[in-house]
Amino acid sequence: MVSTTTEKTTPPATTKRRRRRTVRRLSRRDKLVMALLLGVPLLLDLAFVWFPALATVLLSFTKWTGVGGIHLKACSAASSLPGIPQPGCINGVQNYNQAFTNYPDFWPAVRHNAIWLLVFIVFATPLGMLFAVLIDRGIRGSRVYQSLLFLPVMLSLALIGIIWELIYSPNYGLINTIIGRNGNNNLIDWLGDPHLNLWAVLVEASWRQAGYVMVLYLAGLKAVDPSLREAALMDGANAWQTFWRVVFPTLRPINVVIVVITVIESLRAFDLVYITSKGNPLRGLELLSVSVTQNIVGETQRIGFGSTLGVVLLVISLVPITIFLYNAFRREER
Amino acid sequence: MAVITPAVAVSTAETRPARRKRPKPSVGSVAAQVFMIIMSALWVLPILFALYVSLRPVGETNRLGYVSLAHSLTLRNFVDAWNQSEMWRFFLNSLRVTVPAVLITLMLASAVAFVVSKMSSRWNIALLILFTAGNLLPQQVLITPLYRMYLAIHLPHFVSSSGLLYDSYVGLIVINVSFQLGFCVFVLSNYMKTIPGEIDEAAIVDGASLWARYWRLTLPLCRPAMAALATLLTTWIYNDFFWAITLISTGNKRPITSALANLQGQFVSNQNMISAAALMAAVPTLGVYVMLQKQFIAGLALGSSKG
Repeated sequence: MVSTTTEKTTPPATTKRRRRRTVRRLSRRDKLVMALLLGVPLLLDLAFVWFPALATVLLSFTKWTGVGGIHLKACSAASSLPGIPQPGCINGVQNYNQAFTNYPDFWPAVRHNAIWLLVFIVFATPLGMLFAVLIDRGIRGSRVYQSLLFLPVMLSLALIGIIWELIYSPNYGLINTIIGRNGNNNLIDWLGDPHLNLWAVLVEASWRQAGYVMVLYLAGLKAVDPSLREAALMDGANAWQTFWRVVFPTLRPINVVIVVITVIESLRAFDLVYITSKGNPLRGLELLSVSVTQNIVGETQRIGFGSTLGVVLLVISLVPITIFLYNAFRREER
Repeated sequence: MAVITPAVAVSTAETRPARRKRPKPSVGSVAAQVFMIIMSALWVLPILFALYVSLRPVGETNRLGYVSLAHSLTLRNFVDAWNQSEMWRFFLNSLRVTVPAVLITLMLASAVAFVVSKMSSRWNIALLILFTAGNLLPQQVLITPLYRMYLAIHLPHFVSSSGLLYDSYVGLIVINVSFQLGFCVFVLSNYMKTIPGEIDEAAIVDGASLWARYWRLTLPLCRPAMAALATLLTTWIYNDFFWAITLISTGNKRPITSALANLQGQFVSNQNMISAAALMAAVPTLGVYVMLQKQFIAGLALGSSKG
């Protein structure tokens, strides 16, 4: 192996100069290899992630059913022949106007996404943190607890949606049987009732999310220097104070990751709702992500309008993404 | 839980040994135990309940409900679900998509991470931001244009039976690779930064080509990170639902996770059979969980530690 020939004799100054020269000293073949190594993945990322992201923004100002091309003229100028599919046209901010004012699913979707986020913030995430802290304190059986609490993270959300239907089933389900509401005259339809189904699905989502947060947090806690904690205990802090005043502040990087994951996951929420509603819109479970998809998979595609909803998601998601990038790369900027 | 008043603690701090031994469990630790036992029980309950229901004939549960003592336990639902839906086909689809997608993602991501680690820091950060941010976008932001792109890109018929990127395994692999690249680039570039630069310098002195430094020197050193990422990626891509639901229209071409949505329709009158199918779909990830739990957790830790 080449690594065994490492020379430690080079003084730091020349090392630096040599490192700067390495790029220039690349042979033509090396440069070609480098271009390929970077070029192929970059092309994929640009073509299949960034181009669609940008295209969403542009399409959101158009009206297009996907039939014919997009003509670069205003929709108001286009002749309207009923029954004949129109080519795409430029619709200005009309899609946004329509989304905010008369698309019936929009505000419920925004509200449900916000509730989703709120439940993750006040329930799932703190619960996961609590699991992590207790396990990290090394209580007896902590490894067993960790394995069991982590189990749902391995399961797909589609599968989670299916197995929880058994728990919520109106006639036969676990909950209704236990609380005695499984008779045909007093059923509680947990997943069908628009006042209940969001909360029922959020229990499923939190069931998985808490385990996810737990594992991430455990990794952070393991990295905390144990002497910090001992010093705090010696100085007379109790466990509560030690955690919040000493350990928690050192976990800033992991806290940022948790915040980002919490927000992004609540914006991405889709699979559970799709399974629970059997792929159809279901009142009480409107979400931005579901609305976006409904506008492209139906018989009448509304590419422009679907993109508009995508842009709303994009704008919201840019907040946590920026926070994360700022924290991740700030130290290297210098 | 350590219950000490600060005044006492300060006065005795010097005589106290660093690690205190608790002679008997305090109220706090008993409460913690009870809490964790209850929570763990609640956490496995839905899975065990699904297993219990799927082992019972639908006729019996229709009569007695799910919460009842079983008169008979049978694997009938599993066998029927497997045979009636030809489930092997969906598992094969998952295999066809997951294995290439994981391998290609790791190859491409390690290549980017390697090149970036040789670059001046300005480009380095710009590229890392580009890849990392791409992975954080909600999939639904991309799907509308992506769906139209997939319908517009034609492929030869020996690559895709639909003749398009849409409704093809290639298309599903491409989007999974492109989308997961960002996370892996982020993790691997952080990992490569911890490899001492002298190793690479020495290889340059020895006249090693760039390819040799990437393939024969850097990649073997990244084996732990690659193993952890492979475990994560396998689980994530296997569990993918959204891309397959939106970009694959032929039911028979769907990987198992998204095929569950179709099976739900096919077995609509037999919830026991649906849950049997779902549990079978979980077998590969549970296998990963039992055998590679450490790798999985290590991967998540790598992804979050440098955040």
